[in-house]
Amino acid sequence: MTAFILKRLGLALITLWVLSLIVFFAGQILPGDAGRAILGPLAAPSAVKALNHQLGVDKPVLEQYWNWITHFPGTSQQYQAPIGPILTSALGRSLKLAVFAFIIVVPLGIVGGVFAALKAGKPLDRTITVIGQSALTVPEFVSGIVLILIFSVWLGWLPVSATAPPGSGFFTSLKYLILPVIPLVLILFGYIARMARVGTIEALGSDYARTATLKGLPRGVMIRRHVLRNSLLPTITVVATQTGYLIGGLVVVEFLFRYQGIGLLTYNAANQKDFPMLEACVLTIGVIYMVVTLIADISFSLLNPRIRLKAAE
Amino acid sequence: MSAIADVEIESAGALRADRQVARREMVRELLHSPAFLVGAFILFVWIVCAIFGSAIAPHDPYAQNLLGINKAPSSAHPFGTDQLGRDMLSRVIVGARDILTIAPLATLLGTVLGTAIGLAMGYFRGFVDDVLGRVVEAFLALPLIVTGVLAVAALGRSNAGLIVVIGIVFTPLIARTVRAAVLQEVHLDYIAAARLRGEGPLYIMFVEILPNVFAPIVVEFTVRLAYAIFTVLTLTFLGFGVQPPSPDWGLDIATNYGVVTAGYWWEVLFDALAIASLVVAVTLVSESIEGVLER
Repeated sequence: MTAFILKRLGLALITLWVLSLIVFFAGQILPGDAGRAILGPLAAPSAVKALNHQLGVDKPVLEQYWNWITHFPGTSQQYQAPIGPILTSALGRSLKLAVFAFIIVVPLGIVGGVFAALKAGKPLDRTITVIGQSALTVPEFVSGIVLILIFSVWLGWLPVSATAPPGSGFFTSLKYLILPVIPLVLILFGYIARMARVGTIEALGSDYARTATLKGLPRGVMIRRHVLRNSLLPTITVVATQTGYLIGGLVVVEFLFRYQGIGLLTYNAANQKDFPMLEACVLTIGVIYMVVTLIADISFSLLNPRIRLKAAE
Repeated sequence: MSAIADVEIESAGALRADRQVARREMVRELLHSPAFLVGAFILFVWIVCAIFGSAIAPHDPYAQNLLGINKAPSSAHPFGTDQLGRDMLSRVIVGARDILTIAPLATLLGTVLGTAIGLAMGYFRGFVDDVLGRVVEAFLALPLIVTGVLAVAALGRSNAGLIVVIGIVFTPLIARTVRAAVLQEVHLDYIAAARLRGEGPLYIMFVEILPNVFAPIVVEFTVRLAYAIFTVLTLTFLGFGVQPPSPDWGLDIATNYGVVTAGYWWEVLFDALAIASLVVAVTLVSESIEGVLER
């Protein structure tokens, strides 16, 4: 088991290194003359040169990469301040939004998927599948704008902004997060429901489910004890891989609702050509995704005796 | 010798006939699926709008009328007018053009590159496979939108740039699917036979293996097309895609959603419905094709 975990960890480190190369390449090499890109075509050559020197992009590529990695996350160009604290507080706010979304969507998706599987082929199954599939392809800003129209403009129930006024209590700030969370929930629901459905259908058709039925277990007990326990395991991994989609969605939702999380920070950095900030944000997003999937992989193998035993051999 | 050759030709001919029958059956099955018909019809309508949009549109989508700004839907302007008095119906119709050019081209680029790399990964395995596998993993760690934002910030904003960026991001994803399909084929006898005949790797990859892994590639293309539409529209909404004053659904929502709170709902609602109908149509078509091909 330790060997399995170590191997996964090693592979993750290599992937992380490749990822850092991609981000470095996109942020520091691709823009060409970074100083010119930031200051615009009208700036004086001396100013461009000075900025290039300050950014360190006039040095050899390997030295630049080394400096970037050893001084990570570095200094923001637009704020003229260390990136670390800005990034951390933005991450905290995004985490609030993400956790809220997961708390709603995970039970909803699992229940939807299991019900669809139990009624496989029936109208209820088709309705859940079609709704999930459609919700998953509609961009967050589209569902977000329709939600704003309905609940803020026409009904006036919910605020348009995601940020509660300073000093407001837990439930007030939760109320401000309801609208931004729904587009994220819509996107994630389809994936989670689909996985739960496939897993449940597979488990329902298995030999142990048939044995349980033949030995006379009531259907409810059979489903709870034998089917769900096996079918929901793969769903854990899917929920983890959805973090990627979730963060992609955060960029849009935080922009739409003006919420100061890592998504809006990434957007602003790209818009302002604040490359150090952009690189830090993108690499952080990649690391979060990799850590979450790694934890999911390892806990999946710990929970699944078949993988655990195979690894022990 | 000649007898053996005859047998082979006959069986190859029979195989081809079988394949034709299977294909005809697939098309018939698709034409009987309501999901496919609905999706294909909506998609067809938008393709017509994309090609003949300027001819169909009742007004010039660029024509401003500063005396008639923010007008609610009426018989003269069924979808109302925007902040510059431009006819929203015309902008929605012509708005199909850019998205239905950029997204399919980007998907095509990614499919072609991804297929070539996937064939190489599956056929050679070993070192090539390991290295490309790590790159695929690294790309997968980033959400598509984030990669797009990073690339557009680095390369600047242009439609061609958008096509290249999305195409390149799709490449490793499609390569992975193709690789998996190729791995199922390389152990089969016809590959060994081709090797014994002395065919080179390029011939085996593109002439022998490619036709046999075509089904997953088609499915991958349609699924990725939906993602490409999703991504292009989102990047445009964020201001990293098509630039004003072009009529584009994502762009129009971005420019008009500030006035929604003033009650001018028609300036974003019809664009939103257009996007929703397009992505749902593509999904219906791709799900139906996937269902038929994978049976």
